[in-house]
Amino acid sequence: MTAAISITNLSKTYASGFQALKDVSLDIRHGEIFALLGPNGAGKTTLINIVCGIVQPTSGTVKVDGHDILSDYRATRALIGLVPQELTTDAFETPPATMRLSRGLFGKPPDPAHIEKVLRDLSLWDKRDSRIITLSGGMKRRVLIAKALAHEPQILFLDEPTAGVDVELRQDMWQLVRELRASGVTIILTTHYIEEAEEMADRVGVINKGELIIVEDKAELMRKLGRKQMTLELREPLDTIPPALAGHKLTLANGGKELIYTYDTKAEHTGITALLDELQQAGIRFKDLQTTQSSLEDIFVGLVRQGQ
Amino acid sequence: MKLPFNFYAVRAIYVYEMSRTRRTLLQSVVSPVISTSLYFIVFGSAIGTRITQIEGVTYGAFIVPGLIMLMLLTQSTMNASFGIYFPRFVGTIYEVLSAPVSPLEIVLGYVGAAAVKSIILGVIIMATSWLFVPIHIIHPFWMVAFLVLTSLAFSLFGFILGLWADSFEKLQAVPLLIITPLTFLGGTFYSTSVLPPPWRTAVLFNPLVYLISGFRWSFFGIADVNVGLSLAATLAFLAICMAIVWWFFKTGYRLKN
Repeated sequence: MTAAISITNLSKTYASGFQALKDVSLDIRHGEIFALLGPNGAGKTTLINIVCGIVQPTSGTVKVDGHDILSDYRATRALIGLVPQELTTDAFETPPATMRLSRGLFGKPPDPAHIEKVLRDLSLWDKRDSRIITLSGGMKRRVLIAKALAHEPQILFLDEPTAGVDVELRQDMWQLVRELRASGVTIILTTHYIEEAEEMADRVGVINKGELIIVEDKAELMRKLGRKQMTLELREPLDTIPPALAGHKLTLANGGKELIYTYDTKAEHTGITALLDELQQAGIRFKDLQTTQSSLEDIFVGLVRQGQ
Repeated sequence: MKLPFNFYAVRAIYVYEMSRTRRTLLQSVVSPVISTSLYFIVFGSAIGTRITQIEGVTYGAFIVPGLIMLMLLTQSTMNASFGIYFPRFVGTIYEVLSAPVSPLEIVLGYVGAAAVKSIILGVIIMATSWLFVPIHIIHPFWMVAFLVLTSLAFSLFGFILGLWADSFEKLQAVPLLIITPLTFLGGTFYSTSVLPPPWRTAVLFNPLVYLISGFRWSFFGIADVNVGLSLAATLAFLAICMAIVWWFFKTGYRLKN
């Protein structure tokens, strides 16, 4: 099956000499939610802008649903909707007017019923007669989403969609994204909020300094790279870790009252049983224990640091 | 779905731009009409009655084509430049660049709207002038041809300006500091034939002389330069502007970098 988006050896060097993308290759499947994570300046927006036709690539190829974005740009762009990172709206127009422009630009005949539906779905119908400049930041963000959906795209790019929006609106947007995916839309999401990717994404790509570090199924990524920690609350504080326990990845915390054991979930043996046995043999007793698993955010930070 | 020609995009841009004009009716239409009327009152009626006829045409009538041309050139340039510069300035240009539209369709939408606005404005100013001076158009076909071609050419020029400019100052500077002075010096209020010989030659390097002269010829049959030359100059300017726009889109200059 043809990938929704197929990127091969894509590079971009700006006129200033800054290399924003370095030989990036990536396939995005139909109907998935793909989260692209990366720190500021990593190349996320450049990648999106190239696929959408806003920035010219220096080298490499990008195909959307099998069509080349340069030689067959009409076919590829008609499939894509883009919600940009910045709140760039037509300040003096109303939401329906700016949506009509969007729909027309993407080659679709006027359809007031569709525009009304999208505005209602995004709770913007009550604001249909208001100029966009008078709307709140969250409402403007919704207008951008409405514009991107005006031409019923098959692929939707959401570049930092929930930046600066309140918790309630963020939940609404997540719900909307799920509904879009359920209707068959492929969604590519860039975000600073790792919880957003963790909550919604099927697969995750991490980009740093223009290089794609990893692309992995989200659950698999968390399984492979996720680390767990077991914290033992000791009955008697320790000054140092006894030499007999030196073979384990142990650290002391909270003034020696806690012993922290870090282990990889991907390892065949976690080493917990052996550690507990050795603790007993060494006469170290504990009154409580708890385990925590690293979040996608921890994994992301770890990957980016490795890259540096 | 393949779109051989994105008609809906052209229409959407055109409608959007025309709605901007309706929103800013005072600035877009009323203001230039009032300015031109003041020119008619001051130069045409008040001072013009004391000036003898120029080649058989009263001074009040003589300045009508020049004044229409003055408004046409400045308004075409300003309308088209603002139309494309503003989306660049606020960032909404991303949508046009990411849409399945060809450069031709983008130009047709923006330049078409700007040119139509200028033509409407030209007709309104012409109608206004009838309130002040009686006018008889000898070559109506060529009058329309010059009106349309000039509006198109300078809307294209404005589009180029809007793509090139990186500040509002530059956007304003070209119409105010280049187009307006050249139009004034290009025979809006006088016939270049009254100038002393060295100046008469010098003004021929002002391209706007040819446009104003051709337009005035279509009204009264009198011209400072051969009408064929005027038409050729207008078409040449149009062709140069088209070539520059084509290069802008081909290279992505100021758009995709």
